[in-house]
Amino acid sequence: METRNLICIGCPMGCPLTVTMENGEVKDVTGNTCKRGDDYARKEVTNPTRIVTSSVIVEGGTIAAVSVKTKSDIPKEKIFDVCKALKGVSVPAPVKIGDVIISDVAGTGVEIVATKQVEKA
Amino acid sequence: MKAYDVIIIGGGPAGLAAAAAARKNGIESILILERDRELGGILNQCIHNGFGLHTFKEELTGPEYARRFIEQVEELGIEYKLNTMVMDISAEKVITAMNREEGMFELQAKAVVLAMGCRERSKGALNIPGYRPAGIYSAGTAQRLVNIEGFMPGREVVILGSGDIGLIMARRMTFEGANVKVVAELMPYSGGLKRNIVQCLNDYDIPLKLSHTVVDIKGKERVEGITIAEVGPDRRPVPGTEEYYPCDTLLLSCGLIPENDISRGAGIEMSPITSGAVVNESLETNVEGIFACGNVLHVHDLVDFVSEEAAMAGKSAADYVLGKIKRDTASPDVKIVATDGVRYTVPSVINVDRMDGNSIVRFRVGDVYKDHYISVYLNDERVLHRRKQVMAPGEMENVVLKKDQLAAVDGLNTITVKLEEA
Repeated sequence: METRNLICIGCPMGCPLTVTMENGEVKDVTGNTCKRGDDYARKEVTNPTRIVTSSVIVEGGTIAAVSVKTKSDIPKEKIFDVCKALKGVSVPAPVKIGDVIISDVAGTGVEIVATKQVEKA
Repeated sequence: MKAYDVIIIGGGPAGLAAAAAARKNGIESILILERDRELGGILNQCIHNGFGLHTFKEELTGPEYARRFIEQVEELGIEYKLNTMVMDISAEKVITAMNREEGMFELQAKAVVLAMGCRERSKGALNIPGYRPAGIYSAGTAQRLVNIEGFMPGREVVILGSGDIGLIMARRMTFEGANVKVVAELMPYSGGLKRNIVQCLNDYDIPLKLSHTVVDIKGKERVEGITIAEVGPDRRPVPGTEEYYPCDTLLLSCGLIPENDISRGAGIEMSPITSGAVVNESLETNVEGIFACGNVLHVHDLVDFVSEEAAMAGKSAADYVLGKIKRDTASPDVKIVATDGVRYTVPSVINVDRMDGNSIVRFRVGDVYKDHYISVYLNDERVLHRRKQVMAPGEMENVVLKKDQLAAVDGLNTITVKLEEA
């Protein structure tokens, strides 16, 4: 048996959650005051994921950097691999929202796409 | 002098939504004045996601959310001027502005929508002792440098204040390889959204020290280190609790203030609590035909609510131009009294005859309240009693006032919004 302590992000309440696990399976969630806390805790301890947002350099654009994101969420432990993969990346202007900057970032199978339009200078 | 029916000051989320709403409510002649080089306002540098859950039922980044409104404004063929700074607004609604192409010029508006947004509380306003070396930035300045200018302002970072921009920047600088050592917050609670504490600090093991503040900045040319100390209930540093953090950068995220410098020239009455205009149910200020919305009215947490509020202001401006706002109403202007934990309400005056259906009244509480009720009284009668498990100053609340309910009260002279214990 192991326990994990989390803070629920479902609402401003921020319930302190305690998750009891056995062999990687959730046995019990306590501390939550509603169903959302239970859902959040189960997902967070078994398969935590995040959308990563960052920016890359854009060449010949009206601004120096274009914002990007992972098109869907990626495993939490891959966040820094994604950040590393974005280092030194540059794209030529113009860039449109949704343009694919990297097709499979850090072996996650997820695309990095632009989230901002940057015109040619 | 060139004239427009509706002139909107500011092309951020509030200005864009106000413009689109004015057009949809029958106004052809609209102009947006924007001082930056592009529309979208602060959303352009808010590259994190979480925007639009309420409006679009999906999670967008700031620039993506802005783009949806920019496209709307472009499809509606609404005129705008970029790189244009508004210098003055008169009570007669003459707007003085300037840009590089046209120099200084004046415009006459029939209605004006104030949508200038807010700015960050600066270090000068914070009274931090020590030298003023390079390496001290507001969190928003750092955000612009990293996300738009593509430039990292520092590597070893201490953050003062737990406002949302500071929390977002703690994560953002971490992604770019910086070492964020600590976030110090003067108050015993965070000023930011819970979600940001968990996903921007806890995820990366960045400590949040509540009831702490900066007591010394070391370094003459460049920041070399920051000393923080615990504060007592009087918010003064407790001797002996000092901790020194070597670092090259201090970010300040200590609150936002509506940017109303040009509103004052028009004689607009300001609320000392919000630093924004005092407005009625139509979001109209005390100067007829001048409306306000978004962060220049009161600082919001979520852009979705800015868009919603601004659409209301845009519609009101359109109604005003078309002569649809009633002036000789049978009902009086009724003040909304904010008390017992409710710091303010927007709007703060309601005229029942002028209400366009129901009115959303937004407010903030002054402290963290657990297990309290939000109550609304019409004169002495309680008409709303809603239980909340927790309320905090960092999260805006709202109640909806129903027109028919207000109209049914004989001699309505006060509306009270307050908190009551469970």
